[in-house]
Amino acid sequence: MMDTVLFYFFGIIAIASAILVIANRKVLYSAISLIICLCSVAFLYLILQSPFIAAVQVIVYAGAIMVVFLFVIMLLDPFSSEAVKDKKKFLAYIGVVLGILSLTFLYSALKSYDLARTPKNVSYGGGVGSLNELGHALFQEYLLPFEMTSVLILIAVIGVVVLAKRRASK
Amino acid sequence: MDLTLIHYLILSLLLFSIGAAGFIIKKNIIAMFLCVELMLNAVNLSFIAFASFLNQVDGQIIVFFVMVVAAVEAAVGLAITIVLYRNRNTLNADDADTMKG
Repeated sequence: MMDTVLFYFFGIIAIASAILVIANRKVLYSAISLIICLCSVAFLYLILQSPFIAAVQVIVYAGAIMVVFLFVIMLLDPFSSEAVKDKKKFLAYIGVVLGILSLTFLYSALKSYDLARTPKNVSYGGGVGSLNELGHALFQEYLLPFEMTSVLILIAVIGVVVLAKRRASK
Repeated sequence: MDLTLIHYLILSLLLFSIGAAGFIIKKNIIAMFLCVELMLNAVNLSFIAFASFLNQVDGQIIVFFVMVVAAVEAAVGLAITIVLYRNRNTLNADDADTMKG
């Protein structure tokens, strides 16, 4: 019962802040509402008995990634509205139409999903999210992808440094 | 009434649709990145919901990898944005329509 109340509470916060992300004209406010959205989704992860992923969501996503976003937003000063002048107004209507289309399409796909196939008697969160199991799966079954992500991050670091380096006198 | 998998999937669907619509509506490149993050987040939510309801840990591992790739994507994308702003003095995606310098 408590779960249901919390789900609706944080779900509504998540959707409202997601709408604010695309409704705000200033990017800084969009970024801050995205942080709110990410945090409320982290609460949903807690309800789903995944405390580790919830912690990672807050620390890495809402913390590190969004701080990088805020840094760049403040660095580039997109508050000057001429930086983003609306040239193609019709794209907004196309966007709304496509959003509604994807909503109906995905919803019908969801409807056609056979509910009988989902395990009903499983009380969710049977200790699945425990750090033990997660660590075992990550470092045994998924060891190779895990190592490859480190290579990916290394490549990204080198690429970012090369990209963002100021060219010497041009 | 109890929470079922469908509740979480519908929430994830709504978040994803909002993100997808915003990606098309927005002109500012940084705002478009924010919408991409929103979509990734929605997909993560459905992964976690499936992992929890099917009692399998694999969904959480995939979310872990998605977060890593999202961090990498944000870093590279923002570096490209900074270079674009330095060269063109714009953040409008419509102004970045030529390949050369």
